[in-house]
Amino acid sequence: MADIVISELVKTYPGGQVRATDDVSLTVADGEFVVLVGPSGCGKTTLLRMVAGLETPDNGSIAIAGRDVTDLPPRQRNISMVFQSYAIFPHMRVRHNIGFGLRMRKVPAAQVNERVRRAAEVLELTDYLDRYPAQLSGGQRQRVAVARAIVVDTGVLLMDEPLSNLDALLRLQFRAELKKIVRQIGTTTLYVTHDQAEAMSLGDRVAVMRGGRIAQIGPPLEVYDRPSERFVGGFLGSPPMNFFPAVVRRADGGARLWVGDQVLAAPAHLATYDGREVTVGLRAENIDVATAAGDGPAGGGPASGGSAGGPVRATVEVVEPTGASVLLTVRLEGHELKVQAPPGYQVEPDSPVWLRCRPESLRFYDAETALALVS
Amino acid sequence: MSAPAAVRRPPAPAATAPPRPRRSSRRRKAVLLQLACLAITAFMGVPLYLITLAALSSRAALNRFPLSLLPTDLSTETMSRFLDSTGVVPGFVNSLIVGLSTLVFALLVGVPAGYALSRYAFRGRDPYQLFLLLTRALPIVVLSVPLAKVFLTTNLYDTTYAVTLLHTALALPTTVLITAAVFVSVPRDHEEAAAVLGANAAQAFVRVVLPQALPGIAASAMFTFVMSWNEVLGAAILTLNQRTLPAQVLATLADSPLAYRFAGGLALVLPALVFIAVMRKYLVNMWGTTLR
Repeated sequence: MADIVISELVKTYPGGQVRATDDVSLTVADGEFVVLVGPSGCGKTTLLRMVAGLETPDNGSIAIAGRDVTDLPPRQRNISMVFQSYAIFPHMRVRHNIGFGLRMRKVPAAQVNERVRRAAEVLELTDYLDRYPAQLSGGQRQRVAVARAIVVDTGVLLMDEPLSNLDALLRLQFRAELKKIVRQIGTTTLYVTHDQAEAMSLGDRVAVMRGGRIAQIGPPLEVYDRPSERFVGGFLGSPPMNFFPAVVRRADGGARLWVGDQVLAAPAHLATYDGREVTVGLRAENIDVATAAGDGPAGGGPASGGSAGGPVRATVEVVEPTGASVLLTVRLEGHELKVQAPPGYQVEPDSPVWLRCRPESLRFYDAETALALVS
Repeated sequence: MSAPAAVRRPPAPAATAPPRPRRSSRRRKAVLLQLACLAITAFMGVPLYLITLAALSSRAALNRFPLSLLPTDLSTETMSRFLDSTGVVPGFVNSLIVGLSTLVFALLVGVPAGYALSRYAFRGRDPYQLFLLLTRALPIVVLSVPLAKVFLTTNLYDTTYAVTLLHTALALPTTVLITAAVFVSVPRDHEEAAAVLGANAAQAFVRVVLPQALPGIAASAMFTFVMSWNEVLGAAILTLNQRTLPAQVLATLADSPLAYRFAGGLALVLPALVFIAVMRKYLVNMWGTTLR
């Protein structure tokens, strides 16, 4: 077992102008599952490949299990890796594909057979050991790639978008299985994906990357709930976080948010930003929706002047039942918002609705830098 | 079984199903394709058959009129006379030596070069590829005379080694370009996976890249061998006594009887055909298992 310490890693590809990774530091604890997630070109794969030793960093260092491996070739780093393309060797039977790493490490033949058999059992490949990869389905090839990586029993497992070539249903299925397997073998895992749902579901911690930097890293729910910048909130979650501009006004000891002509209650600490425009972030599932103004527990009718900040009025544009919920697209003072209503919620497009949310569920970002405001 | 049947009775479906012209036109296309295949096969096969027939007929049978097109009068007389004549067996051996050593040399130099072309971006890569092709633009005759002079001064003249060197130089451009194309088709991922799983560069190449590239390398080897076997001008200029078979046959062709020429033709064609047949079987086997 091993931890990974990445410090100040800089990489610019030859001929490129921008840094693929820009001074990235990251520590993955022993046995931890860290997911690197971000849009394409954010440097997540580059970072993974540098840990694997497949790319050379311009600057910075990588240590695995306390040993500086920055200048070591991949084979001396004691790692294993699952590739996006699986990189299964087509000229070898499944058995020899899985056993490749063991044979390279000069493990005795009898032991290779035994360990290949066990890995095949874990990944339900026992019946396919003597087939060639061309005779397998995409999902089975994926399993071979994972079996080949876990059979060597290295301290560190690297995965580069391993599920992205599977169809949606299979991906969902294998995701859970993968999580179970990795938990069983307890290896330190660095996992790259562009799929935010995958990142949320798999990681002990999620690192959201953008432009070669880690924008935010933390447990999935924390990153989801408290995005450190607007980008993170807009990237994680489906639908992504809603953002709309509002002006802060101090009022009777607390603070109010003015969205156009309407008023929302805001947490008291926001009063220090009196008079400034902020960007408000709000998750779709944190919005309560009602078809009548007075509906619901909290009082205070339609916003008028210095009201306490009651429900705000919006117009429904699209109604999308998804089964588990009803997704509404509404327009609030010219800003588009996604609202998650309970399943079976009945509302017609173009009709007015009243939105309400708890002040604690609001997140605030600087209108210019898009960074979270310190509370 | 079904293909020849389709050839034999093409009008039947068209006649029974006139309202479906698309199907009948597809049928006609299939028939035309079969006919084209047959025509091309005949184009290659008939001369081969005639040469073989003539080489295996007795001299009397050759002079008969009309010439029998069926192997009615087989004899090994012509062939054995040809093989007994001076220079044929040594020429055959020389050709084999030159062909095989050319193949080995061309692969030894060409495969690494092709690998480098496919895997590394280096300054002057594209001009280099063009330059490789340009070497083939020079006629062999133009090359051979200065080469003969060089070999004379270095005491290599009239050796199979000299011919091997010439043939290697001639074969290298195609070897390099073919193997480069082959290595490009082996995903880089596979090499990286091997490296991560504990292989060093040599192991990754031998165990992962080479097996996948073998069909292409076999094709290039085939090409090289046949090129060397058939090359006659350079071989004729660079040797006097150590003639390769084509050079030997060419030298004695003009003043030899008709039967001798047929026998020589067969002797020239046969080894190349056998070589291609052997390699082809291997080629198909490899592709059958590696490609989806």
